[in-house]
Amino acid sequence: MLKQCEGSHAVAEAVALCRPEVICAYPISPQTHIVEGIGEMVKGGELKDCEFINVESEFAAMSVAIGSSATGARTYTATASQGLLYMVEAVYNASGLGLPIVMTVANRAIGAPINIWNDHSDSLSQRDCGWIQLFAETNQEALDLHIQAFKLAEEISLPVMVCMDGFILTHAYERVDMPTQEQVDAFLPPYEPRQVLDVNEPVSIGAMVGPEAFMEVRYLAHAKQMQALELIPQLAQEFKTVFGRDSGGLIRTYRTEDAETIVIAMGSVLGTIKDTVDEMREAGHKIGVLGITSFRPFPLVEVAAALKHCKRFVVLEKSLAVGIGGIVATNVRMAVTGMGLKGYTVVAGLGGRAITMKSLTGLFEKAGRDELDLVTFLDLDWKVVNKQLEREREKRRTGPAAEAMLRDIGAVAARNY
Amino acid sequence: MSALQTVKFYQTGTFTVGNRLLAPEERSVQANMQRTNSLNSGHRACQGCGEALGARYAIDAAMNATNRQLIAANATGCLEVFSTPYPETSWQIPWIHSLFGNTAAVATGIAAAIKVKQQKGQGQDVRVVAQGGDGGTTDIGFGCLSGMFERNDDVLYICYDNGGYMNTGVQRSSATPSAARTATTMPIGPEPGNPFGQGKFVPAIAMAHEIPYVATATVADLRDLENKVTHAMSIRGARYIHILVPCPLGWGTASHDTIRMARLAKETGIFPVFEAEYGEVKSALAIRRPLPVEDYLKPQKRFAHLFGKNPAVDTIARIQAQADKNIRRYGLLAKEAS
Repeated sequence: MLKQCEGSHAVAEAVALCRPEVICAYPISPQTHIVEGIGEMVKGGELKDCEFINVESEFAAMSVAIGSSATGARTYTATASQGLLYMVEAVYNASGLGLPIVMTVANRAIGAPINIWNDHSDSLSQRDCGWIQLFAETNQEALDLHIQAFKLAEEISLPVMVCMDGFILTHAYERVDMPTQEQVDAFLPPYEPRQVLDVNEPVSIGAMVGPEAFMEVRYLAHAKQMQALELIPQLAQEFKTVFGRDSGGLIRTYRTEDAETIVIAMGSVLGTIKDTVDEMREAGHKIGVLGITSFRPFPLVEVAAALKHCKRFVVLEKSLAVGIGGIVATNVRMAVTGMGLKGYTVVAGLGGRAITMKSLTGLFEKAGRDELDLVTFLDLDWKVVNKQLEREREKRRTGPAAEAMLRDIGAVAARNY
Repeated sequence: MSALQTVKFYQTGTFTVGNRLLAPEERSVQANMQRTNSLNSGHRACQGCGEALGARYAIDAAMNATNRQLIAANATGCLEVFSTPYPETSWQIPWIHSLFGNTAAVATGIAAAIKVKQQKGQGQDVRVVAQGGDGGTTDIGFGCLSGMFERNDDVLYICYDNGGYMNTGVQRSSATPSAARTATTMPIGPEPGNPFGQGKFVPAIAMAHEIPYVATATVADLRDLENKVTHAMSIRGARYIHILVPCPLGWGTASHDTIRMARLAKETGIFPVFEAEYGEVKSALAIRRPLPVEDYLKPQKRFAHLFGKNPAVDTIARIQAQADKNIRRYGLLAKEAS
């Protein structure tokens, strides 16, 4: 059914359609509307046979999820930013134990400085935690990915993070096609756990493993993610059969057929990039787009195949590996090893900095002329940065840096790039 | 209770009761050949481990009380490490270890899952026990514990308190007693051992949450421990039992003195043994023969620096004052003795 609703609401409704049995959450912006929505459905009796638990921290949220998933209940939670970091020990534990929990990460920057706006620093900091990470481009895809996530998680017994841009998607009202309960039931069978705390067949879960088997247990986690590389496209295909639309998969290409330059990105910024590419195509530029939906497992083969005929690629990412540059870019470079391509890393949109078509056009044109630096910080205010660096050269006690830089900028409501 | 007891089962100096003198239904769970041996033999606890003893009695009692419908969540620590060196496990019941600091929350999740399954008609009424040492309870697991209490989740949390991080080599926890030597509170400097005025008594904090049931127990009185666990399993909601479990390794006591040390902790007033409902103390195990704290401190190497040529009289007096305060606060002196 077509409806106009907030991204968070669409996700809440999709999760409810998946018949979750235990949901636990701790509020953090911009995840709040999702769990508020589900909480209301449980309390109002609309979502039956589901326990909604208001926990005291994200660490507890993931821990409750571990307990309920290990007891055979379909389990969901949502978080963002600091909340994801606060639960990290349990995040690793959930994947280590092989528990198919589904979690929404409403992507948001990580402090300090504290910042509530969107970038991908939070989930990308967890790239090696053993969870599958899927990135949604639109609210429709966020909704669809949650339905696929439960099936994927439960088939391979691994937890799945569905990452959606905080505010840009979570708080945006858009048209979505909300599936029916019958459709979701046809796609997603009841959860049949591989391991469960059962009084009739007692098992010990979470025993200590020493050097004799630890490598093998860890390798199994990798092997499962490799299985997911095959399963994710299959599920996208199955999904299309039931719901009649393309959603999910490993990667998605746009106008790459004869492209000399291919821009690679994840999440909602793909929309802006596609619009930019459309305009540039009209102006005669041979440019295309590669969207990565599955960041973990990372589709090395598919990315390499998509870049096979281009001359250069530009990875535009909302994350920064401090001290080296890009995170997504590093992964892409692994995929194109030996292909002789020029590759550029662009760090953009950190902490909610707007990524505009104007800036992108200039950037891509420069890339097309191979005049781009290997690592570029899009729309960085060099004046402010240099002033702070100079201050720090001149005197010892410069005080808190972020505050000094804000003072230099002065009061601004919004800035135009 | 009348001042006169009609029958005294216990032998002089102990509360040991011969089961054969009791009616079958009053006999201890451990005396029953059908006991579950939930924590089975063959584990790797030290000789004289108080925690292994406490856990065996507690979990078997919980199994008995729930007709064997029980799942246990376990914090990282001695109990977890010595019981599950895979492929060996001592647990005969469904058991999960997740992390050091999240056991109460894991148990909440288990309870929630069971509740939903039951609503759907997919499972039996299974109950949940969470267990951990004092470090996993009073320190790193305290946030999750408090959350579980506050939500009144249907979980019995059992803390086996041996007063320190014994698994990692006897470091101080917030349950380490004043003046005790640990690897991080060495008996050196102007205030040797663990500082006074620090630490916390979690049973009292549990009571402040107004949960249905809080109790303390020791491994010196295992019938009392069994009874408290059995009672706790007859109640719904958040319950907390804090068991003092001497640690020969960390306390520097002889393996054969574990039960004696637990009894001395109770008889000196160092460790009050009581029950509370909804935040109010309902009963306390009376001290039978009041003893000075020296009797408890002296056999323990972790307090050795208080004795010797120049006994730390002031320090011992401060510990005695703590015991006296417990005796007043929890009414520990037996009526017949007063």
